[in-house]
Amino acid sequence: MSTLPWIHPDRVALLEQALRQRILIIDGGMGTMLQAHELDEHGFRGARFEHGHDGHAHAHSHEHSAHEPPVGCDLKGNNDLLTLTKPEIIRGVHEAYLEAGADLVETNTFNSTRISQADYKLQHLAYELNREGARLARAACDAMTAKTPHKPRFVIGVLGPTSRTASLSPDVNDPGFRNVTFEELAENYTESTNGLIDGGADVIMVETIFDTLNAKAALFALSELFHQRGARMPVMISGTITDRSGRTLSGQTAEAFYYSVRHARPLSVGFNCALGAEDLRPHVQTLSNIAESFVSTHPNAGLPNAFGEYDETPEHMADVIGGFARDGLLNLVGGCCGTTPAHIKAIAEAVRNHAPRALPSATEVEAA
Amino acid sequence: MARHTRLSGLEPLIITPDLLFINVGERTNVTGSAQFKKLIKEDRYDEAVDVARQQVESGAQIIDINMDEGLIDSEAAMTRFVNLISSEPDIARVPFMIDSSKWTVIEAGLRCLQGKGIVNSISMKEGEAAFLEHARKVQQYGAAAVVMAFDEQGQADTCARKVEICSRAYELLTTQLDFLPEDIIFDPNIFAIATGIEEHNNYAVDFIEATRELKKRFPDCHISGGVSNVSFSFRGNNIVREAIHSVFLYHAIRAGMDMGIVNAGALTIMDDIDPELRERVEDVVLNRREDATERLLDIADNYKGKRGAAVVETLAWREKPVRERLSHALVHGIDQYVVEDTEEARQLSSRPLDVIEGPLMDGMNVVGDLFGAGKMFLPQVVKSARVMKKAVAYLLPYIEEEKLRTGDTGKNNGKIIMATVKGDVHDIGKNIVGVVLRCNNFEVIDLGVMVPVQRILETAIAENADMIGLSGLITPSLEEMSQVAREMQRQNFHIPLLIGGATTSRAHTALKIEPHYKAGTVWVKDASRAVGVAQSLVSKDLVEDFLAKVRADYADVRERHRNRGPGKQLVPLAKARAQRFSCDWAAYEPPQPRQPGVTVFDDYDLATLRPYIDWTPFFQTWELAGHYPAILTDEVIGTQASELFKDAQAMLDRLIGEKWVTARAVIGLWPAANVGDDVEVYASTARKERLATLHSLRQQVDKPIERPDFCLADFIAPKEFDKPDWIGGFAVTAGIGIEEHLTRFEADYDDYSSILLKALADRLAEAFAEHMHERVRREFWGFVPDESLGNDELIAEKYRGIRPAPGYPACPDHTEKTALFALLDVTRNTGIELTEGFAMYPTAAVSGWYYSHPDSQYFVVGRLSKEQVEDYAKRKGWTMLEAERWLASNLDYDPE
Repeated sequence: MSTLPWIHPDRVALLEQALRQRILIIDGGMGTMLQAHELDEHGFRGARFEHGHDGHAHAHSHEHSAHEPPVGCDLKGNNDLLTLTKPEIIRGVHEAYLEAGADLVETNTFNSTRISQADYKLQHLAYELNREGARLARAACDAMTAKTPHKPRFVIGVLGPTSRTASLSPDVNDPGFRNVTFEELAENYTESTNGLIDGGADVIMVETIFDTLNAKAALFALSELFHQRGARMPVMISGTITDRSGRTLSGQTAEAFYYSVRHARPLSVGFNCALGAEDLRPHVQTLSNIAESFVSTHPNAGLPNAFGEYDETPEHMADVIGGFARDGLLNLVGGCCGTTPAHIKAIAEAVRNHAPRALPSATEVEAA
Repeated sequence: MARHTRLSGLEPLIITPDLLFINVGERTNVTGSAQFKKLIKEDRYDEAVDVARQQVESGAQIIDINMDEGLIDSEAAMTRFVNLISSEPDIARVPFMIDSSKWTVIEAGLRCLQGKGIVNSISMKEGEAAFLEHARKVQQYGAAAVVMAFDEQGQADTCARKVEICSRAYELLTTQLDFLPEDIIFDPNIFAIATGIEEHNNYAVDFIEATRELKKRFPDCHISGGVSNVSFSFRGNNIVREAIHSVFLYHAIRAGMDMGIVNAGALTIMDDIDPELRERVEDVVLNRREDATERLLDIADNYKGKRGAAVVETLAWREKPVRERLSHALVHGIDQYVVEDTEEARQLSSRPLDVIEGPLMDGMNVVGDLFGAGKMFLPQVVKSARVMKKAVAYLLPYIEEEKLRTGDTGKNNGKIIMATVKGDVHDIGKNIVGVVLRCNNFEVIDLGVMVPVQRILETAIAENADMIGLSGLITPSLEEMSQVAREMQRQNFHIPLLIGGATTSRAHTALKIEPHYKAGTVWVKDASRAVGVAQSLVSKDLVEDFLAKVRADYADVRERHRNRGPGKQLVPLAKARAQRFSCDWAAYEPPQPRQPGVTVFDDYDLATLRPYIDWTPFFQTWELAGHYPAILTDEVIGTQASELFKDAQAMLDRLIGEKWVTARAVIGLWPAANVGDDVEVYASTARKERLATLHSLRQQVDKPIERPDFCLADFIAPKEFDKPDWIGGFAVTAGIGIEEHLTRFEADYDDYSSILLKALADRLAEAFAEHMHERVRREFWGFVPDESLGNDELIAEKYRGIRPAPGYPACPDHTEKTALFALLDVTRNTGIELTEGFAMYPTAAVSGWYYSHPDSQYFVVGRLSKEQVEDYAKRKGWTMLEAERWLASNLDYDPE
């Protein structure tokens, strides 16, 4: 697998070069930024979905017209749909993060899988959402790189966890039951990844991994797809430690998680979401001790308060993450839920003067 | 550069050289275990999951799963089983080995594996292309692989072919693919020996020599194999088979075999094999003589059908030097010769303490290691301890004499004060922990039961103890333990506090005990964990890290408790009451008892009770998990369970025959009516004079409208319907007179018999409760005069009506026993007494209420809102403080 050539060898070379020089900055949260626009149902639908169904369904779907129109299903809250209905807003968010200092921006495709879009009866949009999501981010990155050519910007094509888990039963009375299979997940991820690659992503990130088996299905799909295309793309992997028990939702420790995904020979491995930087630190430290790849983290802006909002200030978060950088744990850092361009700017400043974590030689990894 | 194999389940498994040999549990394999095959074929997946759990508990570091059987849909079975065990954290913590000769079955298993497991196996039997295609898939799924020495020509049998095929496979995997060398596990094929066919004689040697060569060529790879194949020709003769396995492994491991599919619970220690058998087995395994097979066959029948017993029964060990005899007696729990051997050892030693610190401790260390490694079970350990105790008792006078002369007191690991707290009388668990700790050279000062806090603390100071261990079974004991912690803090103690007992928990310890005591509080889950905890606490190197970890862990528990979401909000009391259980009361005709009032049964026939015993909890007491009677034939703990069961039956014969205990009971049936959440009990059918008011607690769970929020009182007809309903009460004991026999055993240093007797008396009391309940239904209340249920059906609660006990989930308030005891005059009628914590003494006692309503059922009251606690306090005439103390375990809020 790792012997295949790169799809974009030049961009991979630039990215690897940058990673050896400094700690790279990933962008911050999308949701918080979109909330500020206070879009209503009408706003989410845009012209294309105004009349309760997909006006382009025939043009975009391979499925014939028997496909169920999304009647009676609210689309408000389907943030990924804004890629198609309000592209200028999404592009604006990407630009705000690039202005704040991000080296990499994540596509607005967290829920752009067939399984997740089925909640809105929009499963036929999966490929299109990924391709257009990647195009928007590509355009924003290219425009920014044109202004400052010495600092290349990269598009992270995001594969989210989907709304189902392959190793956990949704029915407490039947622990053997599963509402999604490995094959379904792999098919979903194949379709989404094709969109991301065709839209111009530089790397693929499997992120917010609650259940390692979902991620393994994604990694399986990626390797199969690379094999078929005869070329590959760097892969970033980011798990989620769901609470202070120090385990993923599916019960793995940070170390067990890494051994379960290491076969993909990722560009980077890390943790994001669920916890703030302080609580993530021991787990990032674990990865830093054992990982052969680069290490990333993009924490939330603290834990949610009583209203479900994130209120850790940019200064505080940057201060904590500055400590990660000072201690040599990091290669890539950004933000997840609740973070804003102000957070990313502060983080970028806090890590600027610290060297990136050096990739360990195999001997050092063994000693750890 | 060392490269280690890094596998994972929920937790990592890094195969480093210091692990020596990785046990892969073999019992979840339909081709190797008839029992497991039966369970899968009969769709008994719950029990199949238990098999996996036992493998892990017995020390399997990986479990092998195989569903290759013609009559099973192997892919579906693999998927279902792997999904099921993935949901059990105590199983899923280890990596899984997906074992099948069909690639589609392997893929089905891999698709359920979140961790990094092992594929067993891939090979070149269908050519290089298929081999590489499978290997590439293994990489994509993220697994390691067993590579079998199998090519287009067939399975390799000679050393040369094994090495050649494995080397070719290695070359392909590392050049055509980028397979990690450490993810390659060679299986050079273990074949049956001593089959009578000459060509087979060298099979074990071929394996061992191939292993040596492969390990030399490919040091990063591993060598594994299915060990039980080697002894296949001795099917049905487990002693010989296990001996062959031990000898084979001994030599193969020295040659470099570092992984094996084995029955993790049944590996015989090489030194334990009868010398004659061992020699002949070695001849066969190492192919040392032409007549090796015949010579082994000549003696094999001597060991047949004695599963595990033959080794112990031979007296050959009596010929060994005294040191080894003592060690043997300890490891095997034989107390017959211990006094004479101890005397002999004493005469050979310069001081009596040397006997303890030398041979006796050496033997106990072996026991401790075997127990820690899951190779020995609790009943054996307790038997070993009995031997130790007898030896020590014999030496004690000599040691005292020596001490007077020299002031030498010997050394031990540390000193622990143990006690069952004030108000509680349950001590089986505490005694077992004491035994296990003594086995590991801790000095245990056991203060017994109902020990007030001040006595515990004074003893700790006087004895200069290293730690204190508290135990208790009933819920009020939890509050008492918290008091002890506060008192230790107030008196400025600095030694760690250990918490154990059935109702204790990590959460309770973290929330309610540990915060009150700064020097360290540790919850100990069961006897098997006690040694590790105690050793960490007395070790200067470990104690700080250990306590820091525990503290962080408990702080986490508290944090999570604080942060727990609002998802499971209780409903207001009024809403719960509105959703009470009801029926068509107007049409309901309550059954009228045939024998109302109080009836006393003195000196009940014990033999009558025996068939009513539910044995499953008996095994749980000894930390043997499994259902009776299946547990007796369990492949891992069956031998141990059967032996324990045999001992129990023998003691029960004597207990009944010689009438060691007296069983007494009292029952009562009274007119009753439901008022609110209470039940009024009347003196007569005139229903004027009220004898008592019984108070019940109500569930406050947010349920769909068709499911009631239960409260026991609801099962009695409401007063306004004016129905002649009734309630019953009972108290039974099978423990009168037990002390005399416990004292006798204790005087004989026989903890094993003492614990066994207590456990049996408990079972008899439960059986008595079951039996009386049946008689009440059939005769005294008589609402099901012709009921005829078997014991299994009784245990499964298939009868009409319930008998909830105060202090248990449906009525968690222990203090309601006061009303029950008054109504039945229990203490005068049976001799059962209540402690201040509302525990019953003798402990072999059961009391509770009878409800007859056909729809009455057991339930769990669960958490209570402050509103209900206030209401309950008012009804009971309690202050809030009292209410919160007695209901502490059920509060949904933190009291001020």
